[in-house]
Amino acid sequence: MAISREIIEAHGLTEEEYNSIVKLLGREPNKTELGIFSVMWSEHCSYKSSVVHLKKFPTSAPHVLQGPGENAGVIDIGDGLAAVFKMESHNHPSFIEPYQGAATGAGGILRDIFTMGARPVALLNSLRFGPLDKTSNKHIFSGVVSGIAGYGNCIGVPTVGGEIYYNDIYNYNPLVNVLCLGIAKKDRIFKGNASGVGNPVIYLGSKTGRDGIHGATMASEEFGDGLKEKRPTVQVGDPFTGKLLMEACLELMEKDLILGIQDMGAAGLTCSSCEMASRGGTGIEIEISSVPLREKGMTPYEIMLSESQERMLLVADKGKEEEVISLCRRWGIDASVVGMVTGDGMMRVKEKGKIVAEIPSRALTDDIPRYNREMRVPSYLDIIQSLDINQLKEPTDYNDVMIRILASPNLASKEWVYNQYDHMVRTNTLVRPGSDAAVIRIKGTDKSLAITTDCNSRYCLLNPYMGGLIAVAEAARNLAVSGARPLAVTDCLNFGNPERPEVMWQFAMAIEGISDACKRFNIPVISGNVSFYNETKGLGIYPTPVIGMVGLIDRPESITTQWFKDKGDIIVLLGETREEIGGSEYLWVIHQMERGIPPYLDMDKEAGLNRSLLDAINVGTIKSAHDISEGGLGIALAEGCISGSRPAIGASISLGEHGGLRPDMLLFSESQSRAIVTVRKGHLDDLMRIADTNGIVAERIGVVGGGRLSIELPSRGTVIDIKVDEMREAWREAIGIYVR
Amino acid sequence: MRFGILVFPGSNCDHDCQYVIKEIFRQEASLIWHRDASLAGFDAIIIPGGFSYGDYLRTGAIARFSPVMSEVKRFSLDGGIVLGICNGFQILLEAGLLPGAMLRNRSLKFICRDVYVRVEDNKTPFTRFLRKGDVLKMPIAHAEGNYYADPDTLLRLKERGQIIFRYADESGGILDSANPNGAMDNIAGICNKERNILGMMPHPERCSEMALGNEDGKRIFRSVIEAVREGEYQIKFK
Repeated sequence: MAISREIIEAHGLTEEEYNSIVKLLGREPNKTELGIFSVMWSEHCSYKSSVVHLKKFPTSAPHVLQGPGENAGVIDIGDGLAAVFKMESHNHPSFIEPYQGAATGAGGILRDIFTMGARPVALLNSLRFGPLDKTSNKHIFSGVVSGIAGYGNCIGVPTVGGEIYYNDIYNYNPLVNVLCLGIAKKDRIFKGNASGVGNPVIYLGSKTGRDGIHGATMASEEFGDGLKEKRPTVQVGDPFTGKLLMEACLELMEKDLILGIQDMGAAGLTCSSCEMASRGGTGIEIEISSVPLREKGMTPYEIMLSESQERMLLVADKGKEEEVISLCRRWGIDASVVGMVTGDGMMRVKEKGKIVAEIPSRALTDDIPRYNREMRVPSYLDIIQSLDINQLKEPTDYNDVMIRILASPNLASKEWVYNQYDHMVRTNTLVRPGSDAAVIRIKGTDKSLAITTDCNSRYCLLNPYMGGLIAVAEAARNLAVSGARPLAVTDCLNFGNPERPEVMWQFAMAIEGISDACKRFNIPVISGNVSFYNETKGLGIYPTPVIGMVGLIDRPESITTQWFKDKGDIIVLLGETREEIGGSEYLWVIHQMERGIPPYLDMDKEAGLNRSLLDAINVGTIKSAHDISEGGLGIALAEGCISGSRPAIGASISLGEHGGLRPDMLLFSESQSRAIVTVRKGHLDDLMRIADTNGIVAERIGVVGGGRLSIELPSRGTVIDIKVDEMREAWREAIGIYVR
Repeated sequence: MRFGILVFPGSNCDHDCQYVIKEIFRQEASLIWHRDASLAGFDAIIIPGGFSYGDYLRTGAIARFSPVMSEVKRFSLDGGIVLGICNGFQILLEAGLLPGAMLRNRSLKFICRDVYVRVEDNKTPFTRFLRKGDVLKMPIAHAEGNYYADPDTLLRLKERGQIIFRYADESGGILDSANPNGAMDNIAGICNKERNILGMMPHPERCSEMALGNEDGKRIFRSVIEAVREGEYQIKFK
């Protein structure tokens, strides 16, 4: 059958790419082969536009057991244990069908983790939506939250944290990034490779249906009109089967019945088989008539490209087939031998013995086109970076400003969301959602892991390099205030169309920022995901490179939360406040502007702050610690008062000169490398000494207690004096008011 | 003593219950696969929370047909102690071992958070270490915890003192605002008329250690362990 130009285009391939395929095969592909190439060479699977930049990431460190390239990254956390984690996007499907898109996003990343031999112990998600005053955004938002809840709750893995932001730019391109963390025995990590010529290839899990065909290709395109037509490309999740599949796989691993295993995610059977062969330096042969099917009459093309969920592919030792199959049957999971490992490096697909596709595995995984795409500094940058602070009218009522910023959905309490997630199952959640980082314990040890996700996409729009630096710095700071030493990063890089030079420039700059910060703080990147083409009708999202970071807390006493604890505790501000309100939440909420130059990050200062925090926490000085980020000092103080689960507690603050900054600058500047900590009186000197040793400015600014937050400035006297209960109500109710 | 913890396909609080019994109370706790039909040798059975059979059809509606459930019935008729938590409660209702039914939460959403319950009766093996009127803080995590019973059943439950826990505020006030899911009469837990089967929506296994923020749940497990140790309940019903 001749392959027409239209067919090539419909598969999202360029003419040059098609010519390379012909060259690699030495002939024209048939339609099944073309389908296989199209998904494997899609941006989603191949990283063809990003890989030249991703190489900049530091990926090794003594504690890294597995860096990028496998289903997930792995780090050594001592006690013979390893933490396995990765973050992944499910943006496009979640826009088309919010519930299933988000649910299968959770399902997919869960499979990536247990594939490695780890039991998933925590989920986090980083979400972006359009503002909630628009009905369609409410629909997407509540659908996504229900989808994440539907999958995570059912499978019994707690959703312990994350972040949610709202901005018009995500109206037609919501972002759903899910991070999963698992714990494995260090010497029992499983990988996705096919080894041992003649060994059986076994298919586990749900039957294959026609859902999700070309999901990977869809995720590699912009959206135009005709959204509904894309709906069949969204997969449907079944968390119950996911749970059984997980338990079956973990038991197969425990019984040492598996040589290599990979989940069937994007590009389904195609991707799992050719990647396993390629990693194992072997070939793989699939007999398509052995694949369990949900419906009759499916063609090889459809079977190979289906993205039906809850499926795994594994290689076992020859002779162990029956044992594998009967174990799966006990869990109610379908399992059948669908092929074998070969020695010829080919991915061969047969239908009742007749070859229907035959491609060198490496052609699908290694000989992929690589693009060093054109980059250009966006011409709008000068305009949006300009901001004349003197033109900004200073507010007259700061109580009102506080309430308005606290009730901004970006900063408001996310309780409405996380109360729908089971965040306690597995009884490891020591710090529940609502503090700077979630903390889960590792049973059987004294250790805990702190986990956070961070990205300020406004900063990234205004200066993608600085935005990248800050995303890493803020994540590390969120861990430090929680008492954790950062260990490793996973990322989810969400951008627009990489074929636009301005987008490619944003991408390259953000990556450089992330790389520089990771290098400076010695935090390796161990896994990640790139999501391009987050554009609808030519409008791309703000660059949103989300950082997921995991840190270790050695002793339970070091676990620290952000809210003020007891009356009489002394409040200390660590770090310097400058006139930095470019891209701030204050500027947006009060002045309706998204512009200016984002805060500057001094990496030495940042490192000094984190050292101070960890030193002080580890000697037992600190009672609460909170990172100052969006909303600045004012909001961080308010959150100290109101974000705990106990009744809100007030604070009396009296700030020093701070170079005579205007009150709104002082209160709402988003200068980096700052934190608020509280100590009991007797520990103040210790804290001051530790900060001084690390070169960090520390200022005693007030005392915890009472039912009001009052803030006094030398120039103006008391500018804020407000009941904590009033702040709490505004902050807690904000999201619920929109979605009710 | 030996606890048996049932595992249905989709149970997901089984390990959490096992952890509390083994690590906090230093008692034996075995997981029992729903097809393994014998409960011989166990002193008490826990039906843990989770999503048995994915909550498909109705919560607990499929699990009740598992082979182990007829054993649970026999075990309870012999006077054995059975504690159903969350999905375990739902399964006990579907199996007819406790009266009433569960509806979807009135918010129509899954709810996971701490709630307070007031102890309504302490003459059960589950509450003997509690006083009537005690207020416990425990987490809930469910989408179907809106307890319903017909008026006659409700009346009988009240007359026989089978209502064991009711949602309350922190000081023990039974208010609608303290009712997280719309349950009739704020009911959070009930027992059978013989008082050896308890179903409750809150998760005591999630609050049995200070590390997790509170230990109120411990008092329920401790009651069961002491009840068995003293032989009171087996003797009475065996």
